[in-house]
Amino acid sequence: MSSTTPQPALPENTASWWKRLADSDITYSFTRSKVVMGSAFISALLLLLALFAPYVSPHDPTNLASLDLMNSLNPPAWLQGGSWDYPLGTDNQGRDMLSALLFGLRLSLSVSLASVILAMALGITLGLISGYFGGWADTIIMRIADIQMTFPAILTALLVNGVVRALLGLNHTGGADYWVLVLSIGLSFWVQFARTVRGSAMVERSKDYVAAARLIGVRPTRIMFTHVLPNVLGPVLVIATISLALAIITEATLSFLGVGLPPSNPSLGTLVRVGNDFLLSGEWWIVFFPGLILAILALSVNMLGDWLRDALNPKLR
Amino acid sequence: MLAFSIRRMIEAWVVMLIVALLAFVLFRYVGNPVDQMAGQYTSLADRELMHKQLGLDDPILVQIARFLWNALHLDFGISYHFREPVSQLLMKRGPATLELSFAASLFAIAVGIPLGVFTGIYKDSLWSKFFLGVSLIGVSLPTFLIGVLLIFAFSVELHWLPSYGRGDTVALGLWQTGFLTASGLRALILPSITLGLFQLTLIARLVRSEMLEVLRTDFIRFARARGLSERAINFNHALKNTLIPVITITGLQIGSIIAFAVITETVFQWPGMGLLFITAVQSADIPVMAAYLILVSLMFVTINFIVDVLYAFVDPRIRLHAMSAT
Repeated sequence: MSSTTPQPALPENTASWWKRLADSDITYSFTRSKVVMGSAFISALLLLLALFAPYVSPHDPTNLASLDLMNSLNPPAWLQGGSWDYPLGTDNQGRDMLSALLFGLRLSLSVSLASVILAMALGITLGLISGYFGGWADTIIMRIADIQMTFPAILTALLVNGVVRALLGLNHTGGADYWVLVLSIGLSFWVQFARTVRGSAMVERSKDYVAAARLIGVRPTRIMFTHVLPNVLGPVLVIATISLALAIITEATLSFLGVGLPPSNPSLGTLVRVGNDFLLSGEWWIVFFPGLILAILALSVNMLGDWLRDALNPKLR
Repeated sequence: MLAFSIRRMIEAWVVMLIVALLAFVLFRYVGNPVDQMAGQYTSLADRELMHKQLGLDDPILVQIARFLWNALHLDFGISYHFREPVSQLLMKRGPATLELSFAASLFAIAVGIPLGVFTGIYKDSLWSKFFLGVSLIGVSLPTFLIGVLLIFAFSVELHWLPSYGRGDTVALGLWQTGFLTASGLRALILPSITLGLFQLTLIARLVRSEMLEVLRTDFIRFARARGLSERAINFNHALKNTLIPVITITGLQIGSIIAFAVITETVFQWPGMGLLFITAVQSADIPVMAAYLILVSLMFVTINFIVDVLYAFVDPRIRLHAMSAT
């Protein structure tokens, strides 16, 4: 029998996939907590709004030609001077806040997701190499991880950001802003993944089934990704969710500090930055709504991460 | 004990050496230093001269050695953006950041410990539950948003406190302090709260969980049996026993406070090192970034070293474990 022959799936497994999910401990603990269900609902809602932002926004905030300075700094519709054309008011360029908010949410989420995926890919690969092979590769990777762990992630992200900007040789990075952000956040979050995966890989490596796989000549990469990796997916999922909340905050912070996305293509953090300039003159809505959505988003993803950590931890059951 | 300290010391130096090498690579290979410093109308001959003066033709090992030697003497070259020696900039900006960090830590400790004690003693009261809920939200909120909210409430709406800058400062030798003037102290309030809030929740939660644990122990029960007042039990017996972890965590957090000062200083336009660093990142000012990297690493490495050694001093198990590992 060769190791590549697909095993026939057990019938009860395929038949009752939904039922098994519905009966599982995770679903049970999910339905037990109203806070968790609320957070999941809000996260899903915000994700959908971000996905369909071009279809649900009343205006197109990326089309600069459609902006009219006559409509700049309008207050929200329910205040004196507001109109329902711009339900949440407009910013200093006459951009509809609601539309800018939806597109900003879309950008914030997309940057955070992309950087978590980058961090995950990097962390899993390095963690597997480190844990499975050990030796000098392990020493080097873990030393780098140790050093990076002593610094707060925001500093690493800022530093990578500055270096990439200098490498690109210009302050106006053009369309590269997005990828500079993804790179700087991704590179500052890989350590957690690498450490967890390494720990599990070291445990799995010494087990009989891995020895058996090695004995019949399965290549190390294949063993790592098809045998060792599935065993660490639970903790990786938890770290990914918590990292997502942190990545959302980091992206917003970098954009707020002026080294993220530009005002012409704003994320939630950029909107707060722009709005901050108008706070002193009383136009609070430019800063308030993006800030509120950001807080709700970060909070609900954070709650989901916390719950997932407890739900997947067999010790706490 | 001595062997352990020396080993940790060597490890710390290795980390610093790696960081310094990283800073050198940044300085030498990210962008061309001559292009950054020369103006648009600098002639080719002048550029050659600058190239020579900076020693960019020397063998690479000589360059590394010179960079390290200069860094040891706090000479980090000239800022591309401000056209001033980096060490001078840091000297000017350092006090602002240190004063802000000090005030923030003070705020976090002075409010965090009593809050933790209160929520630990009255763990079922409505206020405790309210505080725990609020602290969870506070931890999830980005720092800059808290700063913006505070500015809106206390500067824009209430006009109580200034929204930016340090106010008036007084020179004590080289040190510009804001502690001695009324406007300096007023300007310090909002930034300190913004910076210290995260640490405050951390300390309060830590004290609370430690209090809950200690209040369950036998010696507290015995103190009750002896008829001591609640006040004496809570503060003299229980709180004292929670303080060791609190001191450790607070010490380790000093580094994070200085790191997060970057954000707070930007929100409040506080003229400290963090704002300098952000300007450097925005304008790709490599010498400033390299210097900041080295300084902050030095701070983190020193704090970690002190905590490690203190721990080993207090707890012999750590010392023995580290010995047997070698």
